[in-house]
Amino acid sequence: MAPSDVAIIGTGLHPFGRYPGKSALEMGEDAVIEALADAGVEWSAIQALYAGSMEVKNPEAIVGLLGLTGVPGRAVFTGCATGATSLAMAANAIRLGDADIAIAIGLDKHPRGAFSDHPSVSGLPGWYGEAGLFLTTHFFGMKINRYMHDFGITPITLARAAEKAFRNGAANPRAWRRTPMTAEQILESQYLNYPLTQYMYCSPDEGAAAAILCRADLASKYTDKPIYLRASTLFSRREGAFELLSPSLPLETAPSPTVFASQAAYEQAGIGPEDVDVAQLQDTDAGSEVIHLAENGFCKDGEQETLLAEGATEIGGKLPVNTDGGLLANGEPVGASGLRQIHELVTQLRGRAGGRQVGGTPRVGYAHLYGAPGTAAVTILST
Amino acid sequence: MAQQVPLAEDLFTWPAEEPALIGGRSSDGKLVFPYRSHKLVGGVNEELERVELPRRGTLWTFTGQRFRPPSPPYAGDDTPKTFEPFAVGYVELPGALRVEARLTEADPDKLHIGQEMELRIVPFGTDADGNQTLIYAFAPVGAEEGHGDGSE
Repeated sequence: MAPSDVAIIGTGLHPFGRYPGKSALEMGEDAVIEALADAGVEWSAIQALYAGSMEVKNPEAIVGLLGLTGVPGRAVFTGCATGATSLAMAANAIRLGDADIAIAIGLDKHPRGAFSDHPSVSGLPGWYGEAGLFLTTHFFGMKINRYMHDFGITPITLARAAEKAFRNGAANPRAWRRTPMTAEQILESQYLNYPLTQYMYCSPDEGAAAAILCRADLASKYTDKPIYLRASTLFSRREGAFELLSPSLPLETAPSPTVFASQAAYEQAGIGPEDVDVAQLQDTDAGSEVIHLAENGFCKDGEQETLLAEGATEIGGKLPVNTDGGLLANGEPVGASGLRQIHELVTQLRGRAGGRQVGGTPRVGYAHLYGAPGTAAVTILST
Repeated sequence: MAQQVPLAEDLFTWPAEEPALIGGRSSDGKLVFPYRSHKLVGGVNEELERVELPRRGTLWTFTGQRFRPPSPPYAGDDTPKTFEPFAVGYVELPGALRVEARLTEADPDKLHIGQEMELRIVPFGTDADGNQTLIYAFAPVGAEEGHGDGSE
């Protein structure tokens, strides 16, 4: 075991959904208490804390609920990629020798409806918002529309991705959306942003998740099933990438930041996509999951049409994707979403996923996040 | 007296016989839209040249907006009840760039990737002084003037 190695020894989740009267920090507290119990460590043993949130300015204020131990606590935010960043920063604190045990926490509580803000927060002029163009959802509709045109993907494939999410959600007692839907129902629901229908989109909601990490050489003290962090990468967009909230794009195109984050992560971990046993891919909408299968190296562009028809991404398939229902069935509390992915991968790799457990003995888990302003992160875990 | 004014300065030439979107060109020939006065190019903070962008192009991709966007920032003078769905797309302007724009045709069945599109300046909302604001949009070539946005 190399001294720079880091292990996850416990995770916790406050199920995502709607919790009137309960604050984001209180949900975070519940997730941390669950993670501490899972790891078998006391709160006072935590030596570094990284907390991510979009709605809570100082999520590290969670120490007020958990105990004032003087632990160095820092807020983290990289949009939808926040969970991967808090996990990576907690791991780096351990690698740098700042801490033997560190915690990554995500918590959020979004108002209902589409995200809204002033365009200046994204470096865009005011008129862009006045004109009704400052909406991330437009990008998702436009990216999958072009992708379907270029690679022969048809609407049934998008519906199949959503159908799988709700089926997996139904098998997950802690998912938000637990009612299965047929591909036909999903296709027949009204368009939110053509060609994406109502049930092909995730919603902002509320929830929290946490992961406790330690020096790999200490992990056996806490658990007989440590899960090792093999790679964490994050990239911003490059000139020419087709990205969210772009009033114009150059004619010369470049790949999405996901492609770079994915390739760098495989290199760090010394593995390839064929070695991945279970994956969590950002499914802000069903089209995103379809595109992200290719951008993360799991298939060629266009092959999704056959793969999804064959059930390859189902829990019993050759590459189970979003086994807990993903964003579509859990919603997206932005600061917590990435750590929900980690919680699910750790649960699967430890063989504790109950009715949604993937078959065999999964060894490698892969988590991918993507969001505004064109940021992608990949985390690879293994037993 | 109330008049028609562009939604923002430097978006398109106005008034003009044939209005065009305004872009910025750097010394390496690359274009940006909307226009901005300067940009880092190869480490040098360059002043950009104001250029008029082509008025016609092809539809590169599109989607629709079915519900009134959150307001603010949205400033259309419709209400959640009177809101009319609109389409948004990227129009590829040959030799220039792809511009994101509202489309005058809201029905996705009447739009397709590769379709010939042309620039229109259409009424949008009302500013603080009671002037009618104007916005750029793209229309399928040959579509009636003013279609879709109630312009005269």
